[in-house]
Order: sequence, then C-alpha cells, then structure tokens
Amino acid sequence: MAESKIHSIAEILAAHPCFAGLDPAITDLLGGCASNVHFANGRYLFKAEEAADTFYLLRGGDVALELRMPGRGRLTVQTLHPGQVVGASWILPPYRWRFDARAVGDVRATGIDAACLRGKCDDDPSMGYQVMQRFLPIVAERLQTTRLRLIDLYAPPAEVGNAL
Amino acid sequence: MSDVQTLDRPQAAQSGGMLPSIYEVRRRRRELADCVTLEMAPLEGAPLSFAPGQFTMLYVHGVGEIAVSISGNPGNGEALVQTVRSVGAVSKAVCGLAEGARLGVRGPLGVPWPVEQALGKHLMVVAGGLGLAPTRPIIYWALANRDRLKSISIVYGTRSPDQILYAPQLLGWSNTEGLQVGITVDRAGEDWTGRVGVVTELIAPMLHDPAETVAMLCGPEIMMRFAADALADAGVSQDDVYLSLERNMKCGIGWCGHCQLGPHLLCRDGPVFAYPAVRDLMTVWEL
Repeated sequence: MAESKIHSIAEILAAHPCFAGLDPAITDLLGGCASNVHFANGRYLFKAEEAADTFYLLRGGDVALELRMPGRGRLTVQTLHPGQVVGASWILPPYRWRFDARAVGDVRATGIDAACLRGKCDDDPSMGYQVMQRFLPIVAERLQTTRLRLIDLYAPPAEVGNAL
Repeated sequence: MSDVQTLDRPQAAQSGGMLPSIYEVRRRRRELADCVTLEMAPLEGAPLSFAPGQFTMLYVHGVGEIAVSISGNPGNGEALVQTVRSVGAVSKAVCGLAEGARLGVRGPLGVPWPVEQALGKHLMVVAGGLGLAPTRPIIYWALANRDRLKSISIVYGTRSPDQILYAPQLLGWSNTEGLQVGITVDRAGEDWTGRVGVVTELIAPMLHDPAETVAMLCGPEIMMRFAADALADAGVSQDDVYLSLERNMKCGIGWCGHCQLGPHLLCRDGPVFAYPAVRDLMTVWEL
C-alpha cells in the first residue's frame, strides 16, 4: 500500500519554484501567513479592484487573468499554471488587484496573507529583501513577455508594412 | 579561414536550376482567412522528393515567383504540399489558384533541417504563427521515427485562437502517444480555454532533459531569438538549436544576393542554420 505523507505548509512553500532554496527559517515564517486553498472550475480567486489581501502559489489547475470589456466580454490577458504565482499587486500600494483571476479547472493553491507577509517583511528587512528577490524576477519576466506580445509578433506582413 | 558554421548542402539543393517544372493544383484547402494549402503534382516526371526544411520557388505565370517552404510529408511523395499566406501580389495569386490550375515549380531548394541530429535524443519543435508550415515536415519525420527519438515536443504560439494553423492536426497530434503539444496564443476571448502567453513560457515546462535535447525553431525572428535564449537558460546547448531564417528570395540558388545575411545567402546556405552560425547576425540592425 502506498504511503501518503502530509506535508507542512513550510514544506509546500519550500517545494514551490517561487520559494525553492529560500532559507528554511524564512519559509517557516512565511508558513505562518499561508494556508492551502481550493477553487472549483470557474470560481474567481479575486476580482479587479478588490483588496489585494491574498496572493496564491499555484500548485494544480490553471488560472486565467482577465479583463471585462464592455461589448467584448471577458478577455484573457494571460494564463498562469502550476509552479507560478497568481497576483503581484499585493506588493505595492494601493494593494488592489488590477485583473480578475478565474480558475480554469479545479485549482489547488497555497494562499498567502499579503498583509501578514508585508508586516513580516517590514519587521525583518533582511527577510523582506530575500522575499522581494523572489518576486522581482517574476514581475520582470511578466513585463518582458508582455512587451513581446505588444510587438504583435505574428501579425501578417501586410499589417506591418512588409508585404512582399 | 572562416569560422562560420554551415551545414552540408544536399545534392537536391543544387539541382533546382532556373527552369521551372509545370505542376497542377490537385487540391486546395483554406487553412486561415488569408492562408491556403495547395497540393500539387507535376504534369511530367516523378513527384518531387524533398527533405524537411527545403523550399520551392512557385511561379504564377505572368505574375511572378516566390519562395515557399514545403509543408508536406517527406515520406509521402505523392503530392507537393505547400501552405501560402496571401500578403503580396504573387502570394495572393498563388492563394487564388483553383484546383486544376497550373504553375511553375523550381526546387526543392535550400539546406534542410538536420533531423538526424535528434536521433536518440529529445526533439523539440518551436514554431510561431505560419512558422508551423516549414516545421511540419519535421513532425512527419519524427512520427515516422518515433522509436528512434526519446520524445517529441511541439511548442506552438500564435496570435489568437482563430490563427492556429493546422488546428485539427495539432489536436490529433496532442492525442498521439509520445508526442507532447503545447499551444499558446497572444490574446483570446472567453471561449478559449487554452494558454494565453508567449511561446517562450512553454519551453522550460516542456523540456525533458535539456542536455539531451535538439530544438528546431521557425517563426518571427524575434520570437526565435527569445526562444533560443529560453532554451539556453534551461540548459539546452546552443549547438543543438537550429532555426530557419527568412529573407526576400529571388533566384533561390545563390546567384542574385537578395537574401544575403552577412556572409550567408539564405537560399543557398540556409534557410536552416545552426543557431551559433547566425546568432550574432540576428542582432545587427543593418542586416
């Protein structure tokens, strides 16, 4: 019979790509702000303009970041997948989400209380620096990929003045 | 002595010459709003034999000639299969050819994908937009040689769900054992349940063993640059990355110089190159 092991929140955090390799003392501290959550397909993790009080480390299922546009319905601006982080607006004021985050399939995630984490980062700037070092690459990568999409890479040549 | 790395040129690439053979359109299939696939057969002689990655010059009488990659199955020589997007006068004329119409064909031309390099390794094909057409023969080849490859991954990015080329075939491949297909689009509405994002984001999650992977890239040049970087970041050797470049080709056999990229004539020395051979040229503004 296969053995199943129950992992502590700190172990789950340490295994997630976002926090892998972080000082165990810090993941223990982070664990105090974290809890495991589940969202059924179609449920929203958060909606635009709500307070950015919890962000998520995605462990299973996918999440669509969306905007609602009058007359055009929901537009998906990006999808996020296991191993990725859902939400970055918790880092900076005014701590409000800019997009809707919808579960695509059943989502398993670790939710992190943003106010709790911000408080711990304020109390321990060394820890805060290490946490920010984990989030800055995520934000930078999303900026870079967004820029690539702005180029409209796949536009037909006729649309970019290169029809031969 | 030049330190530029080039690939061996097959005999077939040297035999195209300037004289077109007359072909007839046997079947025409619309792929996208501005894109059709033609299946053509020669009026005389044997069907054209080609290697994945090669192209032909298609000549519409009285209109002109363009270079088009071959997108059919190299193991099935019955018809010459090519997918064309209508962007200019000649490509518009090619796309407008009806079944039974005749056109001139020169080729096959160019250096093919070095598919044998992938034998015994993981093969990853990264394609963007219409770049799936020149890579489709690799996929046919890989499927025919599945037992000799560790795995086959297709990473495909395009503008929007309605711009997915060969969509039914991609769906079929995604249900094929031993073949992993990842599709992402730049933008999507609420009826799309797949990925939205840049194709480079799919590369690392779909790699099995970077040190044992050969990657072949085709798409917009910027996409290929970033894809090559993503592969390198994930641990794939740049020597194992190949890409297909595109420039305005006129003669197709290295005479006219229209498709020059630094020391290379793409029609003759390419279009397929090992990445290290062209990496630095791809960031030179004047080229």
